[in-house]
Amino acid sequence: MPAGIVSYGVYVPRYRIKAEEIARVWGEREDMAKSLNVFEKSVPDIDEDAVTIAVEAARIAIMRASIDPARIDAIYAGSESHPYAVKPTATIVGEAIGVDHQLTAADFEFACKAGTAAVQACLGLVTAKLIDLGLAIGTDTSQGAPGDALEYTAAAGSAAYVIGRDDLAAEIEGFYSFTTDTPDFWRREGMPYPEHGGRFTGEPGYFKHVTSATRGLLKKMRTIPEDYDYAVFHQPNGKFPVRVAEKLGFSIEQIEPGLVVPWIGNTYSGSSLIGLAATLDVARPGERIFLASFGSGAGSDAFSIRVEEGIEDIRDRGPRVRDFLKDVRYLDYAVYAKHKGKLRL
Amino acid sequence: MRSVSIIGAGCTRFGERWDDSLRDLVVETGIRALEDANVSGEEIDGLYVGNMSGGRFVEQEHIGALICDCAGLSRLHVPSTRVEAACASGGLALRQGVLAVASGYSDVVIAAGVEKMTDVTGGVAADALAAAADREWECFFGATFPALYAMIARLHMHRYGTTREDLAEVAVKNHFNGSKNPISQYQMEVTVDKVLNSPLVSDPLRVLDCSPITDGASAVVLAPTEEAKKYTDSPIRILASAQGSDTLALHDRRDITTLDASVFAARRAFSMAGLEPKEVDLAEVHDAFTIGEIVAIEDLGFFDKGDGGRATREGLTAIGGEIPINTSGGLKACGHPVGATGIKQAYEMVLQLRGEAGKRQVEGAKVGLTHNVGGCGGTAIVHIMSR
Repeated sequence: MPAGIVSYGVYVPRYRIKAEEIARVWGEREDMAKSLNVFEKSVPDIDEDAVTIAVEAARIAIMRASIDPARIDAIYAGSESHPYAVKPTATIVGEAIGVDHQLTAADFEFACKAGTAAVQACLGLVTAKLIDLGLAIGTDTSQGAPGDALEYTAAAGSAAYVIGRDDLAAEIEGFYSFTTDTPDFWRREGMPYPEHGGRFTGEPGYFKHVTSATRGLLKKMRTIPEDYDYAVFHQPNGKFPVRVAEKLGFSIEQIEPGLVVPWIGNTYSGSSLIGLAATLDVARPGERIFLASFGSGAGSDAFSIRVEEGIEDIRDRGPRVRDFLKDVRYLDYAVYAKHKGKLRL
Repeated sequence: MRSVSIIGAGCTRFGERWDDSLRDLVVETGIRALEDANVSGEEIDGLYVGNMSGGRFVEQEHIGALICDCAGLSRLHVPSTRVEAACASGGLALRQGVLAVASGYSDVVIAAGVEKMTDVTGGVAADALAAAADREWECFFGATFPALYAMIARLHMHRYGTTREDLAEVAVKNHFNGSKNPISQYQMEVTVDKVLNSPLVSDPLRVLDCSPITDGASAVVLAPTEEAKKYTDSPIRILASAQGSDTLALHDRRDITTLDASVFAARRAFSMAGLEPKEVDLAEVHDAFTIGEIVAIEDLGFFDKGDGGRATREGLTAIGGEIPINTSGGLKACGHPVGATGIKQAYEMVLQLRGEAGKRQVEGAKVGLTHNVGGCGGTAIVHIMSR
């Protein structure tokens, strides 16, 4: 029994700060944006957090496929910026979108890949026929310490996927995960900003895990990069996904439709799932998409996805990812600092 | 005093050795050096290890006992000593080993160097390295190592007409050499343009003027020259081992465009070896920053003061030039695991003098010099060796 994506929704706050503005404040080199291939990043409004943007994305996902929220039996919300240390994000989202209360729900955390972990959890329950529909969310208003390299990319965005067996927009043909204990990036309890191992986050972190998960899935599926029309690799910046795609034998053309990080930044748990949504926005039935997330700590979930006829029915019933790149408002560093709560009064 | 020779040498690949600990690096290089020297552990009666800051980099002190343990020699209770002179720790370990064998106190000695630097973030590593400068009179006022060497560069440029491009030529040459060295951290060549457009660190020094953060270890085995042939057909004889000191802080120096410790150690070494600078076929010098190499080739007597930039620009220090400098790639391209660098210089010289340096071989190399500096010249160590 095939299972997969019944609907999807994305939300990205409309505020932006340019990398060059951050570089100006910290006296960093002018070509910072070019070196990261991230020119601007999204910034949440003053009253937005990982919950509110998750609600926005979930509402779009529900609306896009005209789903009765009461049919949703599970909500898993992945984030590394849950507003509450204790108290779930998933329950707030559930109430906001109007689920009935026969519902299982929990929050996930796995740095940038908690969203794809939520997809896997829903897929398991759906495939086992323990539930009919599950809502998997990746949502973050991520934190970057002032002046840290991460501040140029740590952005806000959310993606919500309804996972089920019927009326599929895309089938998830299979997945393969690769997980190790690798301390490349972390935030201790009570600390406002994460720390990271600098260059250690690259080769032993991102590249090792994404390449291992990708090669593992290609082997499991007996596919090669050319079998896919599109590919999405987690986008911590604009360079890593391009480099890992080249290394693995995928082309720039395959990843280009999903590569939105230069204009919204790294939306952490939302990142690879927003890239997938941008790809679903343009993919045609029968086409195949390769997706690999990455979460520091560290792990990567790779998915083989086949687009179904259902995509044509739902696609235009909600905003596309690229709609969120239009009509943006730019903030200077001072107002951005206020939005992000960096000013402690 | 007995004549001392290097009977074997080993080195790890230099670079970001994420999967290897300080111990792994020590074991890897130790095995290579012992195999190369064809000696068994039971024959070793002394160890010296250069290590700048195990405490800061991997929270491990007592490196002397550690390497003895790693070498499997703890049950024989072989004396093992860690020496520290910041970035000259390796050179100093070699010198201590030479003195031990020369004096007759020891017969077969391992001189090693190791540094594991990538377990900490860049900021922690930079601060650990800054401890080689004068913490109270330099670091507390904001000076970092690149800043101190940038001041040397500025005055050198002002006084002698050394150009920004001359500095870049040092990096271009050393990256070229490094690209021919299998243990080198950087295997890629760079252009003058690339150096000039790399991010600014401390004006006029840019990223590609600076040596990197590196993991690595290196070891050589020393024995009395009269017994060296028992172990190897190609011993490398130590003709001179010299050391000089100077003020810790740069601003207390007579002249910041000259490292007087290097001048002192070089004069001593040449006098001990009975040689002139022009009789040296090649040298490994301390290019932690590109300006460091230009100053070094002047201080060591290879070129007149102020002429180092021109000599580099004209290719006199390239392989095939008048005196090839840093055939290994130097600290710049081969990498700079601070405690290991001084021993790696000796390792490179052993390969060159044996004629085993492959694509970077200096034809007919007979006499080589190694020059290792601690901080910005508080310590300088010079060795001259020949086949």
